[in-house]
This record gives sequence, C-alpha cells and structure tokens, in this order.
Amino acid sequence: MGKYLLRFGALGYLTLLLLIPVGLVFYRAFEHGFGHAWDAVSNPQAVHALELTLLIAAIAVPANTVFGIIMALALVRTRFPGRGLVNAIVDLPLALSPVVVGLALFLLYGRGGWLGGLADHGIRILFAIPGMVLATIFISLPFVVREVVPVLREVGTDQEQAAETLGASPFQVFRRVTLPSIRWAVAYGVVLTTARAIGEFGAVSIVSGRIQGKTETLPLYVQDRFEGFDVSGAYAASVVLAMIAIATVVALRAFHPREETSR
Amino acid sequence: MSGIAVIDVTKGFNGFTALHGVSVAIPDGSLTALLGPSGSGKSTLLRVIAGLEQPETGQVLLGGEDVTSKPARARGVGMVFQHYAAFKHMTVWDNVAFGLTVRKRPRAEIKQRVHELLELVQLEGLAKRYPAQLSGGQRQRMALARALAVEPQVLLLDEPFGALDARVRKELRAWLRRLHEEVHVTTIIVTHDQEEAMEVAGQVVLLNEGRIEQVGAPRELYESPANESVMSFVGPVNRLGQTFVRPHDVDVRLEPDVGSSEAMVERLVHLGFEVRVELLRDDGQHLLVQLTREDAEQLELEQGQIVYVRPCRETVFKP
Repeated sequence: MGKYLLRFGALGYLTLLLLIPVGLVFYRAFEHGFGHAWDAVSNPQAVHALELTLLIAAIAVPANTVFGIIMALALVRTRFPGRGLVNAIVDLPLALSPVVVGLALFLLYGRGGWLGGLADHGIRILFAIPGMVLATIFISLPFVVREVVPVLREVGTDQEQAAETLGASPFQVFRRVTLPSIRWAVAYGVVLTTARAIGEFGAVSIVSGRIQGKTETLPLYVQDRFEGFDVSGAYAASVVLAMIAIATVVALRAFHPREETSR
Repeated sequence: MSGIAVIDVTKGFNGFTALHGVSVAIPDGSLTALLGPSGSGKSTLLRVIAGLEQPETGQVLLGGEDVTSKPARARGVGMVFQHYAAFKHMTVWDNVAFGLTVRKRPRAEIKQRVHELLELVQLEGLAKRYPAQLSGGQRQRMALARALAVEPQVLLLDEPFGALDARVRKELRAWLRRLHEEVHVTTIIVTHDQEEAMEVAGQVVLLNEGRIEQVGAPRELYESPANESVMSFVGPVNRLGQTFVRPHDVDVRLEPDVGSSEAMVERLVHLGFEVRVELLRDDGQHLLVQLTREDAEQLELEQGQIVYVRPCRETVFKP
C-alpha cells in the first residue's frame, strides 16, 4: 500500500509540475495547426535567434570542455596550494543566480568598469556577441569539471603509470589512456554544458541589451514574443527549446557514465 | 651486464621515511624477490627502480648505466601492477601492442611480436576480448605480456598475484618460474608472502622498516637468518625468552625426558600432511608445533592432553 502511495505520489508530483506545463506548451504551439507554428519559428527574427544561440553554444561548449578537462586533471592529479579554494570556486556558477553573473559582467565591462575602456578601442563586449559568450561560459563552466573529476579519481593512476613504463610520452599517455577512460564523463559533461548554454536567459539577457535581430538568443526571443502579445509565436519558439531539451535528456541517458565505469 | 644496482637510496613521503639508504645488487638474469611486511618499503624500492618515484639521495643503475635522472619511459623496464592496470578501453591485443605502437614500430613487426607474446602467456584465443571479459589470472598474464612486449632490460612485478585467489596464485607462481626460465630477463617480484618469495625466487631481499635485513637464497634466509626480524618473518617461529625455535624443531613425547617440559594440548589443526598443535607449557609459554600427520597419529594427540616437549634445534641472536 505504502509502495503504491510512494509511486503515485512521485508520479503525480512530476506530472503536475513538469509534464502538464511542458505538454501544454506543445499543445498551444500546434493549436492552430503545424503550418502556423512553422511560420512562427521560420521568420527571420526567429531564425536569427536560433542561429545566434547555436553560435554562442558552439564557442562556449568547446571552451568549457577543454578548460574542464584541464581543470579536472589539475584538481585530481596535482597538489597545489589553494586547491580546495579552486575546487569551491568551480561550483560558484551553480550557486550564483545568473542575473548576478550578468550584472557582474556589466560592472566589469560597462562604462566606468575596470575593463570598460575596451569599448573605446573598438572592442565591443557588452550588447554584443563577446559579452554573451562570456556570460554563457561563466554559467556553464562547472559541468565538464564536475563530471570528469570523480571518474578521474576512480580510474586512478595505475593505467597512466603502466603506459609511462611502456615508453609513452606524457602526451601519448593523455591521448591514449587518460582521455579514453574519461570519454563518457566528458560526453556527459558536454551534453549538460550544451543544454545549459542554449537555455541560458538571465545572464545573457542583461549583457546582450536584447537588441531584436542582433543580440537576441532563442530564450530571449521567446520572452520578446511573449511580452509583445504574440503568444503563439512564443509557444512555437518554446517548442524548439523543448525539443533541444528532450534531445539532451535522451543523449544523457545514452552517455550515462556510471554504467561504463562499473566493473 | 644488465643487472640492477641500487646504491644508497633514500626516499620519504611527507615526513615518513620509506627507504633509509638502501643498497642492493640484483644479478643479471636472476629472479629476485623483495620480501617484507606492508610498509617495509619494498614497493617504494621497486617504484624507484622503475622511475615512478624519484629518490632523495642515491643512484639506480640498470645494466651499468646510471638511470637515476631518466624518466620511467626511457628506462626500458617492464612493470606489472597488483591490480593489473589493464587499459580497460583496449582489447587484449591492443593492450599487449601498446608499448610497440607508442614506439611506432612497423605494423608487421607489431603483429608478429604480439602474436608470439599472446602464445607465450597462453591467451591466443582471447586477443579480441576486453580486460573486463577476462578472469583475474588472465588479466595478469596479459599485463605480463604487455610488459614483455617492449623487450625490457628488467621486469618489475609489484605484488602481481596479490589480488588473485589462492589456487590461481599457486598456478601463476609456477607459471612465472617456467616463464622466467624461458625468457631469462632480470626480474624483481615484490611480495609480502614469504612462501611466494621462497617458491618463486632464486634470491630473496628481505626489507623491514625501510632497511634491508638480509639478502640470500631462500634456504639461507630460512636456515641462517641474520637477525630476529628475518627469523620471525621467514616462516613461523616460537620465541622462548632469548631463543627462537621453529615449530617443526620441537620434539613431542608422551613420557617425560631429560630437558623436556610439561605442556597441555590447547588446539589441534589438521591441514592434510601437516598437523598444527598449539601447546601451553607449564611455565605459561604458548608454543606452536608442526607435526606430520603420521607422527600426530602415533602420539594419538587430543585436546587437553598432557605431553612433554623439548626443542631440538634453537637459535639465539647475540644482542
């Protein structure tokens, strides 16, 4: 009896709070037919928003992947003073509200900020793609590190040392032994990073200035449509974001690293 | 000469000294065991020889050449780890070929060499398997083939059978001895198991608390141990005040005799050929005695029985 209560309780909670709202978005988007929804997302402004979103992700995700692997190696394989502090700082973006991140970048690069002078030299950070990329990198930084660290720790150094005694150079050890043993964790981290990068709203909203057709990502476009009383346009764009999210969840299931590392 | 010489090596970790000025010579082509309790520094010594640890003082010579400042990858050593250190994402074939592929040897040569090695370690049929699909014993044989692939000057085995069950261990020991007779590469095996060291090695180096206690053939260590710690580590021993007696050097009789003392049988353990008798002597001293099954049967020993014991061979170490 208690078992059923638990099951229905959990499922009911999930349905009420997650499935119904997301399902409703799909329903409302296709309410007036597929063609209508297609028109709403194929207009130039929407297409530009999608392209910009993907461009930002295409810069932020590789950057955080490379950084994440290097950071994880530094945290697990080396001892340096302040290691504990660095480990804590990596988690900061998870705890900090994205709006605060956006504001922090605004203060740094904005007029009067420490790096505000860059704009005078023709290097535009705020209200342009560089600022949006910086915000996205900040927000999605911890995922690869957090996925790779435990796997690196579990794999240990035995295989790397064996490779070393067999004549492999440090780079060969990394490429042929370390990297393959963390590949699923990296893939998992990349998927999470991508999802976070594409969905980011708060931080990007502040640094972008939300210039229509210029610095508007897909989440910003949804907000823009919604505020402009084009509700069906907002729903249709939301469906695109939701589809990306669903693809992410499917990819996460496929890459789940815990199953590979168990012996 | 491609023996190994370790000269006055000291190594510490965070204030704990693992090796105190250790010097030892390993003859060319020998199979030597580094034996000692855990924490004795035997694994550290092996890792210093391999180049995986850097000593604070001292030198390591391989084949007469000072390799102290050379990295592990340039030393020409083959190493086998306790937990196999198999490359989990590679097949058995790729594991064995690893040392050859990082050296970019011609493909035909790699193919032939890996083939030979898999045959040597009796894993020919399993080349396409992954380590996870092998038993512990098979994994360790694969690790050995992998280490041998690069034709190392020396083969270093760090507790290679430590993670295996007793039966597989015994098989692999005999197999390792035969393999060594075939390939004749200078080999060091680290073990905490004195039986394993005596069974496999031609020379045993006994370490304790970061120092070498004795170097010699297994029989020398057993029959003329240099000091108390060698005596008590190599084989079981009874300590009676200042004298040491091996359990099989105690005479057990049912009648009192000159020089014998009274003792009570506390426990009998039947181990097939051997019967282990735990005795309590009248002076409160516990005594372990090993008898053959035949002797034990003749005496008709039982728990609680009174017998008379007399050590027939004693060892005393001068302080």
